Amino acid sequence: MLPGILRDVIFDYTLRNVALGSALLGIVGGVLGTFAVLRRQGLLGDALAHAALPGICLAYMLANSKAPLVLMIGAAISGWIGTLLILRIVEDTRLSEDTALGVILTVFFGLGIVLLTYIQHSNDANQAGLDKYLFGQAATLVQEHVITMAAVGSIALALVAVFFKEFKLLSFDPEFAASIGFPVRGLNVLLTSSIVIAVVIGLQTVGVVLMAAMLIGPAAAARQWTNRLGVMLALSGFFGAASGVVGAMISVTGSRLPTGPLVVLCVTAIVIVSILFAPERGVVWDSLRRRSNRRAILEQGQQP
Amino acid sequence: MSAELTVLLTAIFAASACALVGTFLVVRRMAMMADAISHAILPGLVFAYFLANGPNLVAGVFGASLAGLATVALVEALQRTGRVKSDAAIGIVFPAMFALGTFAVSKWFSNVHLDADAILFGEIAFAPFDRLIIAGRDIGSQPLIVLAVLSLLNLVLVLLFYKEVKLATFDAGLAASLGFSPVLIHYGLMSAVSVTTVGAFAAVGAILVVALMIVPAATAYLLTDRLDLMIVYSVVCGVVSAIAGYYLAIELDVSISGMMAVTMGGLFAVAALFSPSYGIVARARRRAVQRERFSVDLLLLHLGHHPTGDESVAHLAAELDWPRARLQRAIRQAGAAGSVAIVGERVRLTPDGQDAVHAIAQRLSPS
Repeated sequence: MLPGILRDVIFDYTLRNVALGSALLGIVGGVLGTFAVLRRQGLLGDALAHAALPGICLAYMLANSKAPLVLMIGAAISGWIGTLLILRIVEDTRLSEDTALGVILTVFFGLGIVLLTYIQHSNDANQAGLDKYLFGQAATLVQEHVITMAAVGSIALALVAVFFKEFKLLSFDPEFAASIGFPVRGLNVLLTSSIVIAVVIGLQTVGVVLMAAMLIGPAAAARQWTNRLGVMLALSGFFGAASGVVGAMISVTGSRLPTGPLVVLCVTAIVIVSILFAPERGVVWDSLRRRSNRRAILEQGQQP
Repeated sequence: MSAELTVLLTAIFAASACALVGTFLVVRRMAMMADAISHAILPGLVFAYFLANGPNLVAGVFGASLAGLATVALVEALQRTGRVKSDAAIGIVFPAMFALGTFAVSKWFSNVHLDADAILFGEIAFAPFDRLIIAGRDIGSQPLIVLAVLSLLNLVLVLLFYKEVKLATFDAGLAASLGFSPVLIHYGLMSAVSVTTVGAFAAVGAILVVALMIVPAATAYLLTDRLDLMIVYSVVCGVVSAIAGYYLAIELDVSISGMMAVTMGGLFAVAALFSPSYGIVARARRRAVQRERFSVDLLLLHLGHHPTGDESVAHLAAELDWPRARLQRAIRQAGAAGSVAIVGERVRLTPDGQDAVHAIAQRLSPS
């Protein structure tokens, strides 16, 4: 069965696109998610994904086109505006970050739904499928989507490659970065914009709700295996890509199984295994160590 | 009861029920937990409907509330391992639950009438047609009755446990030492959030439930420092947005739930900008006033150090290294307060000004 699937991944048009799309999302989400998780901004991805919706609708209304690039640009712009508003609310008011995230997430999403129903009620036959961006439908990915995702995703990855040193410093010690003269604010915007790109790529594949998992899951899993950022980035990208491909393959073999949820369940499985069994940090080793320590102490106590 | 009134009342009760628990979420910095719970109830709902052989109200509430509490427990268990931070723990658990729910619907229970769209958006316009039928008798609109009961329930809970929850929120240590278990209160609140979410989402959609919980409470938090007032403000704010959103949506022929969220966003923006105490404008103005007062103080101190107590404007500008406008504003204000006088081209400290210099020096000296 397996070689048959592998052949299909290479030669079957639909499966190839779905697998490639999910893998791309996994890599980009995993790499950018690493920074999001390290900076404790994991849920920003969730808020961003929701905030992208009004942009998708507006882009469609203005350009009257469903070309992936047009919708992605719209999504990116409104996701980006949402992020800036969140940062401003945290900076300028007394509200905590999670409240700011919640406010922007729900209000932008509400606006998106208003626009979506407006488009639908204007009896525009061409609009069908816009809501695919909400829940993701990997099965609808065509070659054009995959190519656009690859092009946009490589921009995000290139940014990480070029600014690796800066992003690393920003993630671990922003005060130090500022004190030695790094343009912290600019770098912050740059890094956040890259995360926006990762989210936008994922919308059509896994949808708004599950996007958070694609950013957080692979990175949280990778964190358990290493203390080095470079290794963590590579592992996280690998975990993301592997979940993407495996999820896509399972969804095609089983009938009527949606790809997005399967990909996310694969990510979750990797997270659970990593937290339990990763060398050094695994929870299981921890409790075994504790048990043997306790036994050793008890034995010592019994000796006179 | 007319359809319009039913929808409006449903919206109003949804807003009050949500705002009552949402206030505590916002002050406890757990807003995103509402988002997580609202998505994570899906698998509970699916399994409950499956066991009950159809969309059964009681089974649904039970299953979904269990799923909500399971989410809270899982997030905490994950955090306690110390391997992931709290935001990552939330971001791992709720998508997994949602994915499990979607997966279960399409794999095993495609006969269970449930789809993700309906859960996320809801459609409050259908509220009048969803009837609650008990023993063959039509009692009324089911969402309306459920939400009215929930509002009442939440109100009673808030009135009964206000003191305890307030204490546990602002001083968990003291609460624990007085014998009020913060864990118990936490799970009690989370149960209320779960049950409210379950009751409300069918009518208004999961996202609007989260909006109704967080946005009015966030708006109220910008307007007052008192918890009791904050609860009142957030209920009022939620109800006003519900009514205004409804009529705007009808006018524009768009989604009612979406328009309510947008209206709440508008109220929030107004509060964030113009709240007299915590608004961005008020803050900026306070900062500007402080900056000017500081300039005046600095000018007076500077003049006080001159043996003659006076100096030409040109020299002052050079010595203080200030832009012309800042210096002129400071001189004008100091002059208005009677601390300096302009004599010819020179700025001179008046006797009042000398006293002011002493007062400032006293205030700044560390003893």
